[in-house]
Amino acid sequence: MFFLRLLTGVSSALAVVLITATAWAADLQTLVTNLTTGGFGDREKAISELVASGEARAAPILEALAAGQLYVRKADNVVVIGKADGNKLALSEAVSGKPAGSGTEAELDRVRVNNRLRGVIEAAVGSLTLMSPDARVRRDAADSLFKRPDPTALGALDAAIAAEKDARIKTAFQEARAAVVLTSDASKQDKLAALEVVRDKGNRDALSVLQAAINSQSDPEVKAAATAAAASVRQTLAGWEAAQNVWYGISLGSVLLLAAIGLAITFGTMGVINMAHGEMVMLGAYTTFVVQDIIRTSFPHLFDASLLIALPLAFLVAGVVGIAIERGIIRFLYGRPLDTLLATWGLSLVLQQAVRSIFGPSNREVGAPAFMSGAFQLGQLTITYGRLWIVVFSLLVFATLILVLRKTPLGLYMRAVTQNRPMASAMGIRTPRVDALTFGLGSGIAGLAGVALSQIDNVSPNLGQGYIIDSFMVVVFGGVGNLFGTLVGATALGIVNKFLEPYAGAVLGKILVLVFIILFIQRRPRGLFALKGRSVE
Amino acid sequence: MITRFLWQGMGPSLRVAVLFVLAIGIILPLLNQLMPASNALYVPAWVLQLIGKYLCFASLALAVDLVWGFCGILTLGHAAFFALGGYCMGMYLMRQIGSRGQYGNPLLPDFMVFLNYKELPWFWHGFDQFWFAAIMIVLVPSLLALALGWFAFRSRVTGVYLSIITQAMTFALMLAFFRNDMGLGGNNGMTDFKDILGFSVQSDATRATLCFASALVLAIFLVISAAVVGSRFGKALTAVRDAESRMRFLGYRVEGYKLFVFVLSAAMAGIAGALYVPQVGIINPSEFSPGNSIEAVLWVAVGGRGTLIGPVIGAFLVNWGKTYLTGALPEVWLFALGALFIAVTLFLPKGVVGLWSQIRSRGTTRKAKVPA
Repeated sequence: MFFLRLLTGVSSALAVVLITATAWAADLQTLVTNLTTGGFGDREKAISELVASGEARAAPILEALAAGQLYVRKADNVVVIGKADGNKLALSEAVSGKPAGSGTEAELDRVRVNNRLRGVIEAAVGSLTLMSPDARVRRDAADSLFKRPDPTALGALDAAIAAEKDARIKTAFQEARAAVVLTSDASKQDKLAALEVVRDKGNRDALSVLQAAINSQSDPEVKAAATAAAASVRQTLAGWEAAQNVWYGISLGSVLLLAAIGLAITFGTMGVINMAHGEMVMLGAYTTFVVQDIIRTSFPHLFDASLLIALPLAFLVAGVVGIAIERGIIRFLYGRPLDTLLATWGLSLVLQQAVRSIFGPSNREVGAPAFMSGAFQLGQLTITYGRLWIVVFSLLVFATLILVLRKTPLGLYMRAVTQNRPMASAMGIRTPRVDALTFGLGSGIAGLAGVALSQIDNVSPNLGQGYIIDSFMVVVFGGVGNLFGTLVGATALGIVNKFLEPYAGAVLGKILVLVFIILFIQRRPRGLFALKGRSVE
Repeated sequence: MITRFLWQGMGPSLRVAVLFVLAIGIILPLLNQLMPASNALYVPAWVLQLIGKYLCFASLALAVDLVWGFCGILTLGHAAFFALGGYCMGMYLMRQIGSRGQYGNPLLPDFMVFLNYKELPWFWHGFDQFWFAAIMIVLVPSLLALALGWFAFRSRVTGVYLSIITQAMTFALMLAFFRNDMGLGGNNGMTDFKDILGFSVQSDATRATLCFASALVLAIFLVISAAVVGSRFGKALTAVRDAESRMRFLGYRVEGYKLFVFVLSAAMAGIAGALYVPQVGIINPSEFSPGNSIEAVLWVAVGGRGTLIGPVIGAFLVNWGKTYLTGALPEVWLFALGALFIAVTLFLPKGVVGLWSQIRSRGTTRKAKVPA
């Protein structure tokens, strides 16, 4: 008995669903049929009726209409969507979406549209997709409505706002509604409230909506409010632009820091001018390339870890080459800084040509692992993960280096040798070994920089050359022999560079920075944070 | 009388060098002009062009040596002065093209027509006159050197810091000249020259004359440098190189000495650049690249710093090697150049010229004292 009752219950429920579905379909059927009859004016009316019905499934039909793919089959007057398939058209029923065989253009009547209708349809599709189950689609719909406000969508928007659960999308809907209200003939109060909503959105789209409102509104009070709101949005935008510049500056600064920090060790604490420093960076980048190449061919599943594998290898390669340079060339030239400069310049030419001979002169591609690609939005800032990781990485390297210098025996020896070589030697420190290790450390860090730079720069034999002058500038600007000076110098130069760029252009900005540093060195020949005391001379 | 005074101020080897340079400058162009092309002694025009180029490089090397070898200022930006002189000459040559350019504009050079300039930029005025260009060739590099030197020497920027500043200067200039809106031809620079002083740049006679002029200028530079170095002023200069602080304590105005020799050297580099441009037929911003300046320093180091013949020999040797190797084995050239840098600083601190004395003194003293 119970079972029977259950059965009837279920079947009646099913019946209700079926009936409503048929009614809905019938409703859609008439609306769609209305689309195909009459002139352009009737068609526009039919479109707005379709929109008012608020049916999300009408969207593909309207899209097909805008694309000129909506047809009426001559044989049975069924409205179909035709997609090109060879010479024929693959047909599907517009209302139900079922496949309906194929046909040629001759058997069909195309439902005509003009440009005005296309505009109407675009806005209509925007409001129809407001109810889509996909959150992303709803959000896009709100955005497109905000950019092209359509007064007829007001009803659909109100319904969508009432139904929306996601707070962020709801805000987007409310902003879109405000934009729509501004184009409609709503009351003054509504418009003033809408202006506030648009003002709070505060991005470029909001500015253009406000601009349109200033041009179209007749009420002086609304006009004044719109002008004030536009000014406030401009201010917000300027603030975000400054923030964006600061971020770009920090990003550039972190790159400079990475390139310069190794130099700060070799030049800053040892007083050795290493013109081949940029080539150590290049070696690091090429190590990354080789590691990725091997991983790509032999262990593809390890690709995301390729940079992590490359880091220690790059440090080793550049470090060993650095030690070899120190033992082979530089140690004979201590006390002759200008000769060191020339010899290391020659070395940089040799290294460049060697890499060019082995890997070829063209750029090599180094891919980005998954965790470094993509971007996220912070307010109106777009921050790419790659840049963010480089900033983090440069700070990590910096902190590690400070720790090594302050807390390890090697750091202690290094500082001792820097401050007073004969005394350190007398205390039993093997100064030549410390020299070699210090130079190796500086070069190894340059190799680490190469791994990071391979992500944002072209990996070519000339990679290092572009950084050598900048790195020297950073070290000299920050103060020789002072790692914190290097940090401050790199960040400051990066930010100044990026703030100058919009006004002066990239090249002129760079020139201005160079001139500024040249003048700065005149003023403070020992840099921003000069060492004080006897070690200066 | 002055000539005689100058002549007596020079050592015997320098006299030979001056005469030799002049001989090259007279005999080679004469052989080109007087001998028929079939004769074994005929010198083709491309050789003249090459020799003329080397002579200009030798002048540049001499200018670098004057500040580095004798005053201890390692400049890594002398190619900038060379290129500035070259650009002044280039501007004169561009104005001489007149309406024979591709676009046939009587006033504006081709690249300006191409970039939609409506009128001549202000700094181009006057360059249609050779005398004005000649003054500028000396004045522009000198003024830049004066400004840079005045700032740098006054605040006692020395050693590697000065080297890096000069390198940054030439780097900044290179970036600036690469820009199209500098009004100086952007990255294409200036080329397609037609006339110099009314004579075609392409003709053999003009090439011969330019080669002779380069030799004459180098000879004059050698004489001037010898006079400067040999004078009391020159002695003080060498002393500044070896012990700057001591000279300052003794009451010498070190800045003045350095500034004078720096400006003189920049002017010499500018003149060398001006002679270089009509012979190679092009000037573009890559002449400013830091590598060029360092290469000039290498010529001096190879030949022997602190001597006047050294830079001339070094410039000829290295450039001959470059011409040969880039033609025969282009891959090897940078290896060779790099190795040369290292070998010279490690094993030949006094250069080729000092090789003899280095070998001779090996038995008596262990280490040769070298100006750093």
